[in-house]
Formats: sequence, structure tokens, C-alpha cells
Amino acid sequence: MQMPAPDQAAISALPALLAELESFLPAGAIVAERRSVKAFETDGLSAYRQEPLCAVLPRTTGEVARILKVCDRLGIKVVPRGAGTGLSGGALPLADGVLLVMSRFNRVLDIDLPNRCAVVQPGVTNLGITRAVEGQGFYYAPDPSSQIACTIGGNVAENSGGVHCLKYGLTTNNILGVELVLMSGDVIRLGGRHMDAAGLDLMGVVCGSEGLLGVITEVTVRLLPKPETARAVLLGFLSSEAAGDCVARVIAAGIIPGGMEMMDKPALNATEDFVQAGYPRDAEALLIVELDGPGAEVDHLIGAVSEIADACGATYRRISTSEAERQLFWAGRKAAFPAAGRISPDYLCMDGTIPRKRLPEVLSRMQDLSRKHDLRVANVFHAGDGNLHPLILYDANEGDQLARAEAFGADILRLCVEVGGVLTGEHGVGVEKRDLMPVMFDEVDLNQQQRLKCAFDPTQRLNPGKVFPTLHRCAELGRLHVHRGALPFPDLPRF
Amino acid sequence: MTETLHARDERDVTETVAWALAGNHPLELRGRGSKAGLGHAVAAGHVLDLSRLSGISSYEPEELVLTAQACTPMAEIEALLVQRGQALAFEPPDFGPLLGTGGGTLAGALSCNLAGPRRFKAGAARDHFLGFRGVSGRGEAFKAGGKVVKNVTGYDLCKLVAGSYGTLVALTEVTVKVLPAPESQRTLRLRGVDAQAAMVAAANSAHEVSGLALADGVTAIRVEGPEPSVAYRLRALTDLLGGEPEVLDDAASRQFWREIRDVAAFSRFHDRALWRLSVPPAGGCALAARLAAETGGRSLVDWGGGLVWLEMPDGAPRADIVRGAFSEGHAMLFRAGAEARAGTPVFQPEAPAIAALSQRVRRQFDPQGLFNPGRMGG
Repeated sequence: MQMPAPDQAAISALPALLAELESFLPAGAIVAERRSVKAFETDGLSAYRQEPLCAVLPRTTGEVARILKVCDRLGIKVVPRGAGTGLSGGALPLADGVLLVMSRFNRVLDIDLPNRCAVVQPGVTNLGITRAVEGQGFYYAPDPSSQIACTIGGNVAENSGGVHCLKYGLTTNNILGVELVLMSGDVIRLGGRHMDAAGLDLMGVVCGSEGLLGVITEVTVRLLPKPETARAVLLGFLSSEAAGDCVARVIAAGIIPGGMEMMDKPALNATEDFVQAGYPRDAEALLIVELDGPGAEVDHLIGAVSEIADACGATYRRISTSEAERQLFWAGRKAAFPAAGRISPDYLCMDGTIPRKRLPEVLSRMQDLSRKHDLRVANVFHAGDGNLHPLILYDANEGDQLARAEAFGADILRLCVEVGGVLTGEHGVGVEKRDLMPVMFDEVDLNQQQRLKCAFDPTQRLNPGKVFPTLHRCAELGRLHVHRGALPFPDLPRF
Repeated sequence: MTETLHARDERDVTETVAWALAGNHPLELRGRGSKAGLGHAVAAGHVLDLSRLSGISSYEPEELVLTAQACTPMAEIEALLVQRGQALAFEPPDFGPLLGTGGGTLAGALSCNLAGPRRFKAGAARDHFLGFRGVSGRGEAFKAGGKVVKNVTGYDLCKLVAGSYGTLVALTEVTVKVLPAPESQRTLRLRGVDAQAAMVAAANSAHEVSGLALADGVTAIRVEGPEPSVAYRLRALTDLLGGEPEVLDDAASRQFWREIRDVAAFSRFHDRALWRLSVPPAGGCALAARLAAETGGRSLVDWGGGLVWLEMPDGAPRADIVRGAFSEGHAMLFRAGAEARAGTPVFQPEAPAIAALSQRVRRQFDPQGLFNPGRMGG
């Protein structure tokens, strides 16, 4: 993975930048000393590291606007960062760029239960929102595995998902408004406490834009009343085909579970070693199906799912009988990444989505790829929505294993696209999948996406080098090729 | 005299746009014309009729996705989904009777970001729009999104296209998320209660209501799902809200919410101006009452207060009164005569920085402003 060559002029502008920043930011808000800057050199994709030019930690929207204005004027790039838990390298610093760290925006500003929403600063953690409202019986639905640490601002930038998003949606379906600072320093407010946009849905495209369009300084999130109850079923199968068939039949029966997760044998054994959730070690595939909602409905659906599982040849079934037991079922799944970390010095977590019916074929071809690249792989899978998380196990200190892991990962994602899926279901493109974008999109598709950035950030100083494999100047993207002057199809019906 | 060009496939669309681009011929993009009266009148000498781009390309119930040519009639899609017990969860309204037109298309529902009574729970068209192919105002065919239910690869251009009223791209093929249709439903109808308080209490309860409307002074609350769950929640809501509600059975409930969805109450007098207000839900009932009193009009509240329909007593929009009555949200002049629409911003005027940004975004898709010029104002 290569980043664009650093701009020496920007690097030499550092003293001028610091002088300007010091004029309006308090002392602790600027981190420029090399030793301290090093703490910010990576995000959740730790295979890649780069020290930023400096890190800046503002507290107010006004400060963010001034920082962006100064950087824009001095020609210095800016990389926004929340908690740095992203798994695709979206917050990987640039050698010639300021790292804009939003962690000090950590206040819940307003909780409005009659309107079922909360206004929060972007550095509030995902779980922090739920913690602020759970006493009153509410919660914030998207729940990425990193929810204890990841911030809502980062969630908006990445359009994060979680295990419950088949039923409750991703971040984009659960936010109502954002405040955004453009690279020009302009502050705009999109959406609010109402449900849809007055004009173009700019908030919709800002969500998931991976820090390339603007810096989010405030978010209005939807709150949901906590379901009356939730119960989970653990199901063991002798093959991933049988487990996949069970998932398809549950959905065909009209049931959308709160969560429906699959793990293959290596993943379930690694997590079982780590948290002892009581998973059946002899199963080839494990399903966790969670039903939530009114008690009567959950009991009814648990019965329906159990019958379907029996018909699909489940060899193991355990239904949670208490909240503690339900939490235990999830403890293993939610610890799947650290569990992989225990059985391997390093791992790469992939994130493709496939049409679910292609799962057996994809898993089998993944085993072929595992042999080809001579690296182990464990699979966790948001089974309901077809989102795969293969964990490629490697040791960065062993020869060319990192390069092999990257190549293995790229092969898996190519496979996902080949069977009709996509490169990323919830982690974002970042730098990790940037160079694979042409596998899914042709040049016209990518150019049209990049033009959108020109409307928000015409000088392309905000997080460049992420998402798109080739940087184009906006002037070049804007060029029109007009080549036809007459209606070229005489047979076109017209009247 | 407007000339209509009928495209048969994406290639026709591409070539037509290339021609329009070369000669600077603005185009009115049209499916079946059911919503041609929404927004401002379009200043274009040619209509690009896309209605022949019709037909369902693939439907995989177990994958929860459906791909169709853009202008497939909504009725055809709904008829297919119902056979497999599925539906578009955003309950797309049929505004034909309201606007004096006919049935619409899938691309039309997406382009206008339609949403029915389930909006506050299940989202709008935008939330179910997974991917598309289309032709930009640059005359280039391109695609965005994907054909799976979960995807964050690249910018989410579907969100931008939803609600863009055909000003960004001529859609040729779209992929949407489909979901199981609720097995059964019933509706509680309450009289003589504080409607807003009842709606907030129901929406904030754990009973998963999926419809909250106030029509003719009656508060209506819908529950959907498996029968045992519906019965259980209906009891719980009755206990919670008190009073002696009337209960609509499954068939009556479906009929009732279809009428709410399509705003049937206001489909009789097409010469009366009609507003659609999207506001924070907790203030919706009060706003509706105040505006009805002030204008002599009639109101209908949906989405637990988040959506207010206001029918004027005549053809005058009274925009100052309507837009002056709230501070958060927006009001769209949904139906009005040509003269009224020409004299009133149909869409709520936006803050200058947002309007400017929106215009820059439009120009990145349609640099010469060929598609539906003027439709969204500006």
C-alpha cells in the first residue's frame, strides 16, 4: 500500500502553521513533539503506520473551522480522527497533514425523549450514548463490536454497522442531523429533529464518506425504546451449508432476527478458548440467533426458529433462559477479534458482503486461498445480511507474512465481488481496500464519486489518499467531452 | 411545443443526453408522469420519457433484494412481492388520486423519497435504496451502491439521488431492499385523548407501534407482527393509554392506513393548495391544530407528529403563515395550481451555505443543468 508522495512545501510550512494555531488554541491542544506525535501513528488497522505532521485536539466547532481555514490557506492536508478504532485505515495520518483529533468533543448536549433523539458531540462513544439514556429505557441501535471505544463521529464517517443492523439499520438509518465543517471553514447544519431533508439529502452522503467531505462536529441520533425482552438461541451444525440454509429459511419464514451471527469452527474454538461461552466445539458452524421485542413475540419466534433449525439438521441447540446467559452467548462473538489475537500474533479482519446463498462456495474457495497463501483463516459472519469477516491470521515478524496476508485479503474481496457482493459491508474502504475499488467500479463510476468531493472540498485537502486509488484534480474531473450534435438514433420513438 | 423522446434502454438514454449536452437542450425526465406536478414546473423543450425502461430484472426473496429497470410500475413490484409475503417496508404512497394522476414507478418513489406511515420506524425510500445504474448529465452511464443489503463501498450516492427529483441522474436500473410483510395488524382508535401525549407514550413504549396518526380528531395507533404479539401489544397499549378504544381488525386496519398513506382525505378537491410539513414529531399535533385554525384549512397528522398535511380552504398557499408557524423542519407546497407554484418556493428555502453546496453537488452530476431544470427551485 502506497500513500501519495508527501508535499515538501507543506512539511516546511509546519512552523508557520504552528504559529497560527498557537494564536487561538490552548497549549494542550497542539501535539507537535515527535515523541508525542508517535502515539497517533495508526488507527485500528495497525499494519500501517505514519506519523502526522502534527496532531490538533480542538474543543469547539469554532476552533475546527479556524483550523481548517488555516490549513486550507497554507495548503496543508487534514485527516480527521475519532477514537482511532477504524479497521480500514481511514484515520491513517499523512506525513504532510494535520491529524484532527475529535476526542475532546465528548459531551452529550441534549436528550429529547418526546422526539426520541439525542444531540451529541462527535467524540462521545457509541456506547456512551446508550449509557446516557438507558436509565430511561432507551438505547442507540447500531452496535459495532468496538462500541465501548469508537465514537459516534467516527461511526457517521464510516456508516458503521454492528450485529443488530439487519433489523435496525446502519448508522445512516439512525441519525437525524449533523453539523459539519467544510475544508473552507464554512459550518453547515444538515437535518435536525425532523425526519427527512428539505432539499438534497446531503447528510445521507456525508454519512459513510470516510472523512473526505467534511469534519463532523455534532450529531443528532435517533433513540429507540429498549425492547421488552431479548433471547438468543445457539445452534450448532455439521456444515456451513446447513447453517446457511437455516439462515435463508428463517428469513423466508418472514422472521428478521435482531441479530443472526455465524462462526466457523476455527473462530468458535478460538473464542471458546478465550471466553468459555459454552459453544459446541464439535460443530462445523455455529449460529447465534437473537430475537428481541415484546415477550409474546419473542417466545413465538424462538419456537419458529427452533423448528426451522431442527428441519435444517441442527445438532446442537441452547436457548438462553436469562439475561446473563444471553450476554454469555454474545460474549464469545463480540470477543472474536481479540480471540483471534490470542491464537495469532497478528490478524487482518476483512469485511466483504456476499449474496448469502453463495456462502458455501465462498467458504470453500476461501479454504483454497488459505492453502495458496499458506495462512490460516477464521470466519465470523453477520449471517443475516451476508457480511463476512474473515480473520486472516499471520505474524508480521515472520518473513513475507504481512504481504501474503494482504494478498490473501485482496483475493477474498475479489471473490466477494465476483459472486455479486461488495468490498466492504461496514468497515469502509480507507486505505485498506482503496486499490481494490476498480474491481467493483469502473473509471466512470469512480470519477463520478470523486466529483462529489469536488463540491465539498475542491482543493482536495481533506483526507486525500483514502478510498480512491487515483487522485484527480477537480478541473480535470470537471472537463466535459461533448462529441455529438445530432440525435444519433433515427429509430428512437418520438412524437 | 414540447417533444417527447422515448428511451428504450440505457443506451438510448446515454445517447439522448449526449445529444442534449451538445445542443444544450434541457430535458424533463419522466417515468409515468404520476408526480410530474411535484416541485416547480420544469423549463425544458423536450421530455425524456423513461417509462419503457420497465421490468423486474431479479428478485431474490431470501436475499431481501429486488433489482428492476427504473420505471417498473410500483403496482407490478408490489404484486410480485405480495406473492412471497414481502413488501417495501417504507410503504410507498400512491399519490395518483391526491394529485389527479395515475400510478407511479419505482424510480419515481425513490426520486421523491416517498415514505408511508411506517416512516418513523422503518425509514423512507432512501433507507431501502441499495444501488442504481443511471446516466449523468455528463452523458455518462455509471453505477453506484450494490446489490446486497449491506454495503459501504464508496460514497452512498443512493441517499443523494433519493429525493433529488430527477435533477442529478436519469436512473435506468435500481436495486432496493425488500422485507417480510408483517403477518397481521390491528389499530387502536382513541377519541377524547390528548393525541400528542398518546402518540409519545405509545412511540416511547416497548410495544413497537408502526403507525401513529391523528385524523378527524381520532388518534390511531397501529401494531403489526405475528398474531400472538399483536394481541399482546394491543392489550398492553390499551392499559397504557386508558380510555375505551375502538379496535380495527386486520382488514379495516389495512384500509385505514392505506388512506392515511395516500392522504385520501384530501384527494377530493384538487384545486385546494396542500402542504406537507416535516417537523420534530413532539410538536406536530399542536402545529397542525394552530395552522388549521389560522388558515381555515384541515390537517392530517402522521408519523407520530413528524408529518403534517395541511389542506387550504382554497387555492391560495398562504406560505408566510405556514412557514412562519414553525422553526425546525420544512414545509413543501405539495399540490397547488401553476400560478401558485410559480409564485411560491415549493421547497423550503435553505440556508445560503446549504443551497450553495447543493447547487455545487448538482453541477458535479449535471454541469449544464439539463435534468429537470427548475424542479427543485434555484
